[in-house]
Amino acid sequence: MSRAIRFAPLVLLLLLIAGLIWRLVTPVDTNVPSKLEGKAVPAFALAAGLPTKPGLSSTDLATGKPHIVNIFASWCVPCITEVRVLQQLRSQGVSIDGIAVRDRPADIADFLARNGDPYERIGSDTESKVQISLGSSGVPESFIVDGRGIIRYQHIGPIEAADVPMILGKLEQSK
Amino acid sequence: MIAEAGLAALWLAAGLAALQFVLMIMALRSHIDAARTMRSIAAVQGVLTLISFGALLFVFARTDLSVALVFENSHSAKPFIYKVAGAWGNHEGSMLLWVTVLAFAGALLALLSRRTNERTLVAALGAQAALALGFYAFLLVASNPFARLNPAPLEGRGLNPLLQDPGLAFHPPTLYLGYVGLSIAFSLAVGALLTGDVDSRLARAMRPWVLGAWILLTLGITAGSYWAYYELGWGGWWFWDPVENASLMPWLAATALLHSVSVLASRGALKAWTMMLAVIAFSMSMVGTFLVRSGILTSVHAFAIDPERGTFLLALLAIYVGAAFTLFALRGVTLKEGAPFELISRESGLVVNNLLLSVILGVVFLGTLYPLFVEAVTGEKLSVGAPYFNAVAGPLALILAALVAVGPLLRWRSDSRPILKRLTIPALLSASALAMTIIVAPEIGILPRLGLTAAAFLAAACWLPLVGRNPLRTPLAIWGMVIAHFGIAVALAGMAVDSAFTRQTLAVVKQGETLSVGPWTVELGDVVPTAGKNWTAIEAEIHASRGQGLETLKPQTRYFTDPPTETNEAAIETFWNGQLYTVIGKPDASGGWQVRLWWKPFVTLIWLGGVLIAFGGALALVGRAWRGWRSKRDRGWRERYA
Repeated sequence: MSRAIRFAPLVLLLLLIAGLIWRLVTPVDTNVPSKLEGKAVPAFALAAGLPTKPGLSSTDLATGKPHIVNIFASWCVPCITEVRVLQQLRSQGVSIDGIAVRDRPADIADFLARNGDPYERIGSDTESKVQISLGSSGVPESFIVDGRGIIRYQHIGPIEAADVPMILGKLEQSK
Repeated sequence: MIAEAGLAALWLAAGLAALQFVLMIMALRSHIDAARTMRSIAAVQGVLTLISFGALLFVFARTDLSVALVFENSHSAKPFIYKVAGAWGNHEGSMLLWVTVLAFAGALLALLSRRTNERTLVAALGAQAALALGFYAFLLVASNPFARLNPAPLEGRGLNPLLQDPGLAFHPPTLYLGYVGLSIAFSLAVGALLTGDVDSRLARAMRPWVLGAWILLTLGITAGSYWAYYELGWGGWWFWDPVENASLMPWLAATALLHSVSVLASRGALKAWTMMLAVIAFSMSMVGTFLVRSGILTSVHAFAIDPERGTFLLALLAIYVGAAFTLFALRGVTLKEGAPFELISRESGLVVNNLLLSVILGVVFLGTLYPLFVEAVTGEKLSVGAPYFNAVAGPLALILAALVAVGPLLRWRSDSRPILKRLTIPALLSASALAMTIIVAPEIGILPRLGLTAAAFLAAACWLPLVGRNPLRTPLAIWGMVIAHFGIAVALAGMAVDSAFTRQTLAVVKQGETLSVGPWTVELGDVVPTAGKNWTAIEAEIHASRGQGLETLKPQTRYFTDPPTETNEAAIETFWNGQLYTVIGKPDASGGWQVRLWWKPFVTLIWLGGVLIAFGGALALVGRAWRGWRSKRDRGWRERYA
């Protein structure tokens, strides 16, 4: 056996150690980046969640103007606080559409009457099918969709007041 | 007071280890005779660590809450046995156990080793002291198990309820004994590389340590697998989780080492390879400990994540393995290979065994660390799971299982006898097993089907080494080998049948409703509250029948208050041909309960096989020890009466 081969284990060990050191010094980022960012919104057409508003389909999102698509539910507690932040965004001229997950019209109406209504359109996703096709695993979650219907950003969990500048920035980039 | 005594014993042991290491260097440089002194020092060091570990057990048994570690990990309401087990169910305690075993094994090596060359023994004891020194420093600097709290709190913070289980109380120490037992093989290899005395005498001195560590690893992995199976409530027995892989990798290396050390012991061949494996086996133990303790890989085993400790362990790993590999690179060339052998010979068979085991080890190693490297290079996150491991390691393991049947039939050096003829009956048996699976169950996957075929072949062929021998006069070591190989066939059959024929049903049912799973009809009876010493639970009565007879199983969902946790306690009923596995989940709003049912035919064979493998190893160990003792006695008599 040649001398070079005998050093192979040592070289492999050093590579391993380098990798492990890299791992130890880089903080573990548990956010898994969305696989859908940069991709078109999957095609869907949802019936209206409320009799007073239109439903939501993927074609409504490619209108030349960025949208926030917010996945929410009347039974979701963090959504109550989030809806107020969304109203603030709405008052700054942001278009926000909702997808109500596993919900009933009467409950949605009740929820919006009590907490405020930031939505232009609300689609009712009674079996979470659209939610799953969007790669969303819970409520609330929000997507920023640009004017061509491309997903630019996925926000997991409620949008909080502190997130507003970041969200506005992402919307600006999506124009 | 007791805690302080434990800490003092640890400091003293560390001092002795330093002395032992320095003596080794002096002895190797100037040829002074340090062997006797070093043997005594190693023995005292072993005793001191035992005292230290005893002190930790004592403070846990007494629930002395002024000790920070007890406060963090124990509770006065916990059953006594789990109070004691709590001593090693945490980071500091487990590292103390690690170093205790390390020092104790060093002491045993010092006291029992008569066969090794004196200079090699001195070098090995020095290497063992160097290993121990690093881990003493780790304990004393970065994870003192005896730190006090002042004032002492009134109540402890409990222990993870998943750990309150006899399986888990004893599975980690068994694995640790195995991991650390391999340290002796490492030290002997390093010692022999230092002195240059790599010969069959060294291999014979190393073999019982490898065998003993391997038996414990086998038992530890088997117990861990059964624990995961019944405690995690998902009916699986192996998840390819990084922490499971961390225990599998040393086992694979130790299995390879066990076979190559036999070649070195009997034929003086495979010197460099055996030394390399001895270094790798313990290195894998350290890598495993590092992966588990640093929390670097995400795993279902959520241990505390602490970068400082991770860095410390990584530094130790780099120093020890780096030093051993460097030594190997520098000294390995000087090793002259022993007796040559031909293509068809026992040696070749064992080389093939070693190559296959090494490739499987590489596959598991790559799969475990691949996500880490991909993220380092491309930033992409991914996870490697069963589809990769089963597809890559599975076929290799099957080839290995088939070859296990052939290897022991070969003669040392060269073999020109018609081996294949002797395998006619096993081959016919496995062919009929294959035919049967095709007729009876045409729908099963290729891997389980070939698994059953290989298992049938091995189960028949593994007995062939006994043919033509008087069973009573056959050495125990041969019996051990045969039984261990038979255990592989048994475990393989269990795995194949389980993956091919498991039936599962997941449903929400109301009381009185029935479900079916495999041959069973299952009815949900009463669901009642119940309580234990430190938990309350919902217990379901599940009535199961298949034709005649009625079995009642009582799975629970347990709620622990301190810390608040919920666990599923599966109820498992074992029959001669399989296990019925039931789990009760959450209620839904309409009065129904989530029920998960599995019918797992012959699944128990997996663990029975594991135990058989370990039992075979134990027979070989006892057989060799007995022979060694008897030949020593005979030699004594011959000398006395000559």
